[in-house]
Amino acid sequence: MEPKAIFQALKDRFGDKVLELQDEGFRPPFVVVSPAAIAEVAGFLRDDPALAFDSLMCLSGVDYKDRFAVAYHLHSMTLGHQIGVKTFLPKEAPSLATVDAVWPAANFFERETFDLFGIVFEGSRDLRRILLPEDWEGYPLRKDYRYPETYHGIKV
Amino acid sequence: MRDHSRDERIVHAPGPASLGPEAHVLVGSADKFINWCRKSSLWYLLFATACCGIELMQTGASRYDLDRFGAVFRATPRQSDLMIVAGTITHKMAERLVRLYEQMPEPKYVISMGSCANTGGPFFKDSYCVVKGVDLLVPVDVYVPGCPPRPEALIDGILKLQKIIAQKKNYAAKA
Repeated sequence: MEPKAIFQALKDRFGDKVLELQDEGFRPPFVVVSPAAIAEVAGFLRDDPALAFDSLMCLSGVDYKDRFAVAYHLHSMTLGHQIGVKTFLPKEAPSLATVDAVWPAANFFERETFDLFGIVFEGSRDLRRILLPEDWEGYPLRKDYRYPETYHGIKV
Repeated sequence: MRDHSRDERIVHAPGPASLGPEAHVLVGSADKFINWCRKSSLWYLLFATACCGIELMQTGASRYDLDRFGAVFRATPRQSDLMIVAGTITHKMAERLVRLYEQMPEPKYVISMGSCANTGGPFFKDSYCVVKGVDLLVPVDVYVPGCPPRPEALIDGILKLQKIIAQKKNYAAKA
């Protein structure tokens, strides 16, 4: 299925919750979805037989300085097509519903995004820091992150 | 510090009976002997954190054969004399590294292998998570430069450490 057709199928199903298709310069193109609808869109993308996105290839955070985004790269093993899903979050207290019930692999990706961007995935079965130490302060991949002087008495 | 009383029994041979039971013949310089023992059986900790670890494995394997110098790896710090810090040390790892070092019995030595362990290497600038040199954590005896160093360089580092150990004063300083 072509990205435009996938976008149309989502648009028909969810209406205003599906915002736009970012076609230029992205491979695969991104469907921009409102953050409130991400869980049901994810479930639909996996379960609809014409879409059948059974594999979450990547989930990552992006800092655009004025706002955050979470990007999902999806692949269908059975149908062989791909699509990206993107959702924009506010700068202040970014949070989003988890998709780890839809794709269990999402859990590690979400933990990484939480670890490095501080984006909270609500309803996650296990949301802890995954790369950095538990007591690390701040979220290093944010553009406004400032390095600490020392960590546990060791110069950074 | 380790109790050296057992070591002294090794280097003092019992003297001839005619000189009485107290007489002992020193069969060589105690320091020299102890140092020779120590430098000839440098068992290093099986511990590698990055690509330097591959070179470390290579050095231990048959082609370069670190066993020639009496250095074999041990999988526990409690039986190791030498810690070869092979690779990048992150702040999360730093705590574990110090704990491993503290678990090693005296006398213990550290070789810092490669740029990351020496100074932080390519992560020196603009890295929040890498420790800028393992000498911020534990005392280092020998630094081996390279990114990563070839096995010859590591062997050179171990020979340098053997020279350092050979010059140690264990009893002479105390006497």
